[in-house]
Amino acid sequence: MTWDWSYAWSVLPALGEGLAITAIATAGGYALALVLGLLWALLRRVRCQPLARGATLLLLFVRSTPLLVQLLVWYNGLAALGVALPALVAGILGLGVHYAAYAAESLRAGIEAVPAGQHDGARALGLGDGARWRLVVLPQALAIAAPALGNQLVAMVKDTPILAAISVVEVLQAARLAGGASFRYVEPITLVGVLFLVLSLALAAAWRRLIPSWRPA
Amino acid sequence: MIVDLLPALLRGASTSIAIFAGAAAVAVVAAPLAAAGRTAPVAWVRWLSVAYVECFRGTSALVQLFWVYFVLPAFGLRLDAAAAAILVLGLNTGAYGAELVRGALAAVPAGQGDAAAALGLSRLQSLRLVVAPQALAVVMPPAGNLLIELLKATSLVSLIGIGDLAFQARALEAATLRSGELNLLLLALYAALAAVVTLGMGLLERRLCSWRQVAR
Repeated sequence: MTWDWSYAWSVLPALGEGLAITAIATAGGYALALVLGLLWALLRRVRCQPLARGATLLLLFVRSTPLLVQLLVWYNGLAALGVALPALVAGILGLGVHYAAYAAESLRAGIEAVPAGQHDGARALGLGDGARWRLVVLPQALAIAAPALGNQLVAMVKDTPILAAISVVEVLQAARLAGGASFRYVEPITLVGVLFLVLSLALAAAWRRLIPSWRPA
Repeated sequence: MIVDLLPALLRGASTSIAIFAGAAAVAVVAAPLAAAGRTAPVAWVRWLSVAYVECFRGTSALVQLFWVYFVLPAFGLRLDAAAAAILVLGLNTGAYGAELVRGALAAVPAGQGDAAAALGLSRLQSLRLVVAPQALAVVMPPAGNLLIELLKATSLVSLIGIGDLAFQARALEAATLRSGELNLLLLALYAALAAVVTLGMGLLERRLCSWRQVAR
């Protein structure tokens, strides 16, 4: 078996379409993970002990069960209950909730790493609770959590192929379909591998350049 | 009413555990080798180690699995599904583990190696008696997290037709349509397995790092 450049060239458009779905799933999933993760991290800090402990337990549970199984629950499980979500929506929900559990840990660590003096200073300046968190604490917490959040973004991109299991035609599934049509998997799947390698290196580099701009002056 | 579902699920779980154990064994060998390879005096060994770690960390585990299972046969290397699963998940985990080992070795103060040399220990003795035990103490907690990731990743093997826990649950779901109970049971079983791994790693850490109690 040899590498066939003209065949590799011919599957590229199909892979491009798959890559677009991969990008949508990642963007949606990551946005959801950040928002949910922040809420989750804050929920673990509320005074009501049962609520805080429940949030912690749920976080542990989400982190210790496979994304694949969670996706099947969002897609097949909800459908069996009469809530049939489109596959891509179920995929974004699954990715978002799974990675929110990781983001919550990083954000919690970031929030706890903001010195107590910052809270005191904000109060001394007469800032209310909302303004204190929004203007003083969270920007610093986010900057501290940024490297970990970047790793999670790269990890999420690499987990998007699992969406193929719930029939989302992301880039790996696109490659399998292209390969299945001609019984040649060498070029499409190898191309997907190279694509992910480039994508994750590029994303990690872009994130590293982005982080310093988050640091409060 | 869920008792009738258990035998098939437990059969699947034992397959998951076997693949987990095999892959963990591959990773435990691959990680220190790759970490050592990065500082090898021979250039091509260094290159090979870096290429291994970057390729496996830079691409997706599922893509790697499909590549070994669907593409390698075209080049004349045909592995059965279980062998492909153990190899890929093991090497994938090993690549992440190599970075952990590298970080842990770097975390041991250089003075420790110097002191060992000053005491007349050979380089091998210094590594075995002084540096490695301290690095092990650093590497154990993140290694536990990595093994949880491996356990979760074993569910991917259901996508190349291996009858693991996730696969059996899907087959039962198709046959019985008892989606709700099956999903809960499936999630609970994975969470239980993860708890066992966490517990086991905690015990192992206390065992392997018992010198810390003496030192304090």
